[in-house]
Amino acid sequence: MAENFGFTNSKRVSRILSATAEPAPVRIALIALTLWFLALFLVLPLIAVFAEALRSGWRLYLAALVDSDARAAIRLTLLTAAIAVPINIVFGISAAWAIVKFEFRGKNLLMTLIDLPFAVSPVIAGMVFVLLLGVHEPAGAWLAAHGIRVIFAAPGIVLATMFVTFPFVARELMPVMQALGAEEEEAALVLGASGWQTFWRVTLPNVKWGVLYGAILCNARAMGEFGAVSVVSGHIRGLTNTMPLYVEVLYNDYQFAAAFAVASLLALLALVTLVLKRLLGRGESPEATHTEVESFQREAA
Amino acid sequence: MSIEIRGIRKTFGSFVALDNVDLDIRTGELVALLGMSGSGKTTLLRIIAGLEVPDTGTVRFHGENTTERSVRGRGVGFVFQHYALFRHMTVFENVAFGLRVRPRGARLSEAEIGGRVRHLLKLVQLDFLAHRHPSQLSGGQRQRVALARALAVEPKVLLLDEPFGALDAKVRMELRRWLRGLHDQLHVTSVFVTHDQEEALELADRVVVLNEGRIEQVGTAEEVYHHPASPFVYNFLGNVNLFHGRLEGGKVFIGDTALEVQETHEHAHPDANPELQRALVYMRPHNLEIDFQPNGRNHFPAKVKYINPAGPQVKVELMTDWGDRVHAEIAHERYRELGLKIDDEVYVWPRENKLFVYQI
Amino acid sequence: MAAARRSVIPGFGLTMGFTLTYLSLIVLIPLSTLFIKTATISPAQFWATISSPRVIAAFELSLSASFAGAAINAVFGLVVAWSLVRYEFPGKQLIDALVDLPFALPTSVAGITLTTLYAENGWIGSWLTPLGLKVTYAPLGIIVALTFIGLPFVVRTIEPVLQDLDAELEEAAATLGAGRIQTFARVIAPTLAPAMLTGFVLAFARGLGEYGSVVFISGNLPFKTEIVPLLIMSKLEQFDYAGATAIAVVMLVLSFTLFFTINTLQRVSALRLAP
Repeated sequence: MAENFGFTNSKRVSRILSATAEPAPVRIALIALTLWFLALFLVLPLIAVFAEALRSGWRLYLAALVDSDARAAIRLTLLTAAIAVPINIVFGISAAWAIVKFEFRGKNLLMTLIDLPFAVSPVIAGMVFVLLLGVHEPAGAWLAAHGIRVIFAAPGIVLATMFVTFPFVARELMPVMQALGAEEEEAALVLGASGWQTFWRVTLPNVKWGVLYGAILCNARAMGEFGAVSVVSGHIRGLTNTMPLYVEVLYNDYQFAAAFAVASLLALLALVTLVLKRLLGRGESPEATHTEVESFQREAA
Repeated sequence: MSIEIRGIRKTFGSFVALDNVDLDIRTGELVALLGMSGSGKTTLLRIIAGLEVPDTGTVRFHGENTTERSVRGRGVGFVFQHYALFRHMTVFENVAFGLRVRPRGARLSEAEIGGRVRHLLKLVQLDFLAHRHPSQLSGGQRQRVALARALAVEPKVLLLDEPFGALDAKVRMELRRWLRGLHDQLHVTSVFVTHDQEEALELADRVVVLNEGRIEQVGTAEEVYHHPASPFVYNFLGNVNLFHGRLEGGKVFIGDTALEVQETHEHAHPDANPELQRALVYMRPHNLEIDFQPNGRNHFPAKVKYINPAGPQVKVELMTDWGDRVHAEIAHERYRELGLKIDDEVYVWPRENKLFVYQI
Repeated sequence: MAAARRSVIPGFGLTMGFTLTYLSLIVLIPLSTLFIKTATISPAQFWATISSPRVIAAFELSLSASFAGAAINAVFGLVVAWSLVRYEFPGKQLIDALVDLPFALPTSVAGITLTTLYAENGWIGSWLTPLGLKVTYAPLGIIVALTFIGLPFVVRTIEPVLQDLDAELEEAAATLGAGRIQTFARVIAPTLAPAMLTGFVLAFARGLGEYGSVVFISGNLPFKTEIVPLLIMSKLEQFDYAGATAIAVVMLVLSFTLFFTINTLQRVSALRLAP
């Protein structure tokens, strides 16, 4: 009985284990090490956020959240995500379509360029927008003359967020579209559908889970981005602070409980993201594999 | 709707898929494009459909040049090898699709669409599955939905890409006969692609044999089988024994054996050098006779090596004097008559002189 | 399937056009601004900035701390991935989902939480102080933060490779008389090596550029606990744009080099799913 502790039920793994098992002490040691490491680095911090947030009691916790600056920060965070995520979804679909359905030279280069924001440090990501659109730069001065403030204002925050969340949806969709192939679209075209009809009626329903998954990742990053937004925001209380920035402001002001209160909202967002990731991560490929398995069973019968 | 194909050439990078192909398909015909993978048959089908654009050449539907026309405007029905059914739609919605995406002016009312879809589903005997999804259907059922979907838009030409390739043997045979019946009922010009020569010979009015991007022969099943124009066609359609021999004065010499050859069965490769007298000799297993006595004219000696009596005919494998294996198929009665055993020494000859000699 | 594909499935012009336009506006033009700005700095000034002791100290710290964090993650990431793929234990599904927490959690939240945990009177810090280990406002804290940030990279890169390992290979080794450790060293490890390397480089690259989770726990003491992103931030706050640009360019070149290394690694070991 004790020998069976720590083994998965799946047939494939039990094949390995029946023929080539690690001794029980080794297994238990590895599991223990895993749990200890993850508890130290993941579980403890997660618990700490909420513990610190509620350290001074529920009333102060809620007060911190309804504070006007806090509400402004929440509004700005939501606004930023509401702009950045949909636009990046449209981009992601467009890029995945262009890359997967057609052959052209420079495809690898394009894919690499799309991944570039992942390679850039957040501070630099924010910085390049300051260099481009700061009031001392030609473009920025022109915009300022027309009454448009980008840097140290909300538009700059939105732009920087769009930069750092740029690749998420595209990267999710490309393998999904690749796996689906082009046959259904070809069939639709032969049956007389236009390009748009084909896209709306055939492609989109098939990729919707991929889009949703990418959108969730994109949103988590959009709402949680700190470094890039920190550079472009100017930290003006009540005006240009997103929630992650506001956490910093409160912390630097020694208002620890309030800082953790806002942080706890962000941690909740992270947890929701993780849950959705898990739910949707299972939802997409099994649908495809399910069909394959079913068809195999039917044909064999 | 007749189809006229002239001078089609298609390359993919350095690979030549089709090399100067000409073909005429008559209205109402059921034509098979037969060949191995890489022979260009699927490419040709897709070019007719408009899913590929040829490098050079033209495609005409009833005299009208459609080479440049987009796939939408061609009025063809296409049945994909793996069905390409819309997985998120029901059977009904799949079949209705082509009717629902028509521009507003040309679109039928939902009621009319419904009527037509139900009629088609009844035609393919799937009306009871109208509200299922493709994942709930068997392969054969999906194939029929794909067919109904293609027929819904009343195409002038019906194109099928290896329609039965993904199904198992029994289902395949049933669907074959059913498709032929459907064609006889509807009379739509149809072209289908297959690598299964039995399927092509059984179903098609005419067979187009393709090899490496070129048409080897076009003809009825009878013509291509009994009067093959080239060794490839001979080899591809049906089983064959192949020997190397020397052609001299109306006879072909294989080893010490001399066999008479009828002129009508003698062919030559365009680059053949007659002085070298080299030739390939083909015989079909079921055209071979076996006996313990020579027949006096065209026989050659051989030794029985292997007997497989399971099947409609008895398969006998023999070894000739000159070192080649010969496969023969004889009727069960004949086998019992002879009482053949392994290591028996016998004589073999082609019935009615049915040999095919190809000078190289 | 070259040009033909393009003309049959519609939308190439539209999607490529939008893709390239958006890419240029949001990514390419802003990034190129950095290099354009660099051109306005004289080489002498550039070199002076880069070679100043404070900057060099910051690079040394960033590189070594990222390396340490990535190394810790390589070792423990392997253990974690192994346990998650091969063993059953209570709470496994929960733990598996939690591995992605550093991806999902905003970095400033991580930053303040880690600082509070490892402070002298924090939950963990109170254990370490008697041992003489100072974490907050010390390089050790930076390593802790970077380990947190890089944790999912190694685990998630190794997991699929482990899952796809052919059971028959291990069985064959066993029938040939190999012990478990030998099987691991000779059969399993070579297959895992590319994934581990990729995960390591990913964690390393991420650690180099990390800002939010480090800025709180490090204290930003120049020469002691100032990593490069923090240094850039300082320069920006002092409006020393030229200085910030110079440092940023070096950082960016370093990041891109790592990025292309990762891409090549992934392509070579066929870990990439995209076409």
